[in-house]
Amino acid sequence: MRAEFVQNQWDGLIPGLQNNNYDVAINGIEITDDRKQEVNFTDPYYLTYEQLIVNSNRDDINCLSDLVGKKAGALKSSLAERILQFPGVDVKTYDSEVAAMTDMANGRLDAVLCDAPIALYYAKPDPRFKLVGQPIGEISYGIAVRKSDTQLHAKLNSAINKLSTSGKLREILERWNLWHYLMAVYLNDKGPSNILPTKYDYYMTSLGKSKTFYDKLQRYWEFRSLFIWGIVNTLGVSIVAMIVAIIWGLFIALTRLYAPKPFSRLAVLYIELIRGTPLLIQLYFIYYALPNIGISMSPFLAAVIGLGLNYAAYEAENYRAGLFSVPRGQMEAAVALGMSRNQSLRHIIVPQGIRLVIPPMTNDFISLLKDSSLIAVITMNDLTKAYFQFATTYFDFLGAGVLVAILYLIIGLPFVKLAKYAEVKFSTFRTREEENRMKL
Amino acid sequence: MINSSEIMIDVQGLQKYFGEHHIIKGVSFQVRKGELISVIGRSGCGKTTLLRCLNCLELFDIGGIFIAGIALNRTLSGKSQEVDKSKSQKMLSKMALPFMGFEKEKQLDEDFRIKAHTLRTRVGMLFQGLNLFPHLTVLENVSLAPIIVKNENKIDVHQKAKELLKKVGLEQFTERYPSQLSGGQAQRVAIARALSMSPQVMLYDEPTSALDPELVGEVLQVMKNLHDEGMTQVVVTHALHFAQNASDRVIYMEEGHIIEMDSPDVIFNHPKDERTLKYINILKD
Repeated sequence: MRAEFVQNQWDGLIPGLQNNNYDVAINGIEITDDRKQEVNFTDPYYLTYEQLIVNSNRDDINCLSDLVGKKAGALKSSLAERILQFPGVDVKTYDSEVAAMTDMANGRLDAVLCDAPIALYYAKPDPRFKLVGQPIGEISYGIAVRKSDTQLHAKLNSAINKLSTSGKLREILERWNLWHYLMAVYLNDKGPSNILPTKYDYYMTSLGKSKTFYDKLQRYWEFRSLFIWGIVNTLGVSIVAMIVAIIWGLFIALTRLYAPKPFSRLAVLYIELIRGTPLLIQLYFIYYALPNIGISMSPFLAAVIGLGLNYAAYEAENYRAGLFSVPRGQMEAAVALGMSRNQSLRHIIVPQGIRLVIPPMTNDFISLLKDSSLIAVITMNDLTKAYFQFATTYFDFLGAGVLVAILYLIIGLPFVKLAKYAEVKFSTFRTREEENRMKL
Repeated sequence: MINSSEIMIDVQGLQKYFGEHHIIKGVSFQVRKGELISVIGRSGCGKTTLLRCLNCLELFDIGGIFIAGIALNRTLSGKSQEVDKSKSQKMLSKMALPFMGFEKEKQLDEDFRIKAHTLRTRVGMLFQGLNLFPHLTVLENVSLAPIIVKNENKIDVHQKAKELLKKVGLEQFTERYPSQLSGGQAQRVAIARALSMSPQVMLYDEPTSALDPELVGEVLQVMKNLHDEGMTQVVVTHALHFAQNASDRVIYMEEGHIIEMDSPDVIFNHPKDERTLKYINILKD
């Protein structure tokens, strides 16, 4: 059996597990009593501690008690965050430790508390930071599975057991420079070792050398599949969501304008509700809250529905404006020819209204494309997520930011052109001169 | 030219309110098959409203209409005038919506609605403004209604539409869009569009008032041709020359009443009522 890799925001790992988006969550999840209420943990596969990091030019912070009156950063809903929650500390939380460290480098934080492996890999190689103070606390990482998956739980436990007793776990950890006294105690394996931290060294040298602009470009190229998939997901979600918005929006607009009172009121309520609440909240709601009442969906579906339903409200108002601007005589003429209300709408009013609406609609699509960056919060690996992943891995918010901005511009460009074309093509009441100009 | 004495339109005691305004105050008249009737009068005298009532685009409040074999009757059925007025005002507020006319229909019983709908398929109407469907070609404009309302065969309808366009002298314009036509051409297409439903009666609401003077003639000529073919036609018009020379009888309206209905010769040269005389004299000055 091959494992399928699903990436998600760290603090969304357990909700995503419960949401059936994946079956196993493994990424430095600390085993805590709170979390044990929600999911089952395997035996710990790694023990570690919290490490304090400060900017390398300061000496005033050496332990937790030095943080009183200071600003400290930590990963959102991590043990580090809870450790920092003592009087006098201004705690700021982040989606990733690297984001916190970047904030510290920019002077907005005094210290960052994070798990030791993170400090080892992201702060230690960076000359802007230094690791200070003693190890704090003890954390055990476990693999989380749903409570119902008892068989999977047992299998994972036996695998971890096999790894530790065979010495394979130690070998892996040594190679990545993650072996230390807590693990030695835990695995009862205190003997000397001749395994060199080759992987860690390779990582350190690869970090050290990518300094020039050309190296950076090369690194972007190495990660092209990350960005290409980001583009595919961003475009895919945006296009499908826009189709949903176009169809559902028309339905809402027609209901609002022509349906009996109760339905028309419902349509108004829908429009006001959607337009009056943030898209981000709507996405969280659809993805994380709906499963509570038994409606669980994939990230793609949730993203499409979230963006689609949201933009439908705006499109409905566009349609309404379009339908209103169809001259009153059109309906009269249709009725006078013996057409019913529905026939007049279908053949006369709606086709004309839609033509008027197409140019603003194309513009809306471009803004939907940009709003789609919010779907990163519901585990979609879109272009924004790719940016965040890449930037937090390589401390490269600037370069990758410019790159991703350019990519957004490029994928939006065809639709800008389309909007311009639609504006010319679908203006219903063209003059003869314009008509001739278009033929030329 | 009057082909027979068969009655095509018979209006009895027609009244119409717009809110508190009494627009038509009891109008009765008859039109025989094949007649061309011109309705003249000052702005606001109710002539346009009368015409729209004949096609149920406006719902009359009291009276009876018999037109093209369909009889519609309304009384105030026990309701007080007050209630009816407030209702009318409510309707007025809805007139801002693009589907006006329908809201009123909703309040009617099924039988009346079906009759009104059938009536519209038998009575063609031409409006003051140019309201061809701008998103459809000339041919599609003329063919749409028979196809979707009468479920007629598309090929047959297109054939018939081309004949109708030939009749109004526009057979070479079938693939044009309305924006590519002159006002006169547009109104002639609109006549062909109305004729596509094979109406028994044609109603015209100031069909030439939105046109440049040099384009008026071509539209009126089409109406004269239709008259020669025996079409029953009622025209609300300001084109007095046409009313005088082409119509069989002329109705003069003032403040919601028919003051006089007679041959053009009587109305224009020696009207019996002094109000008609006054109006004609103003026009002649």
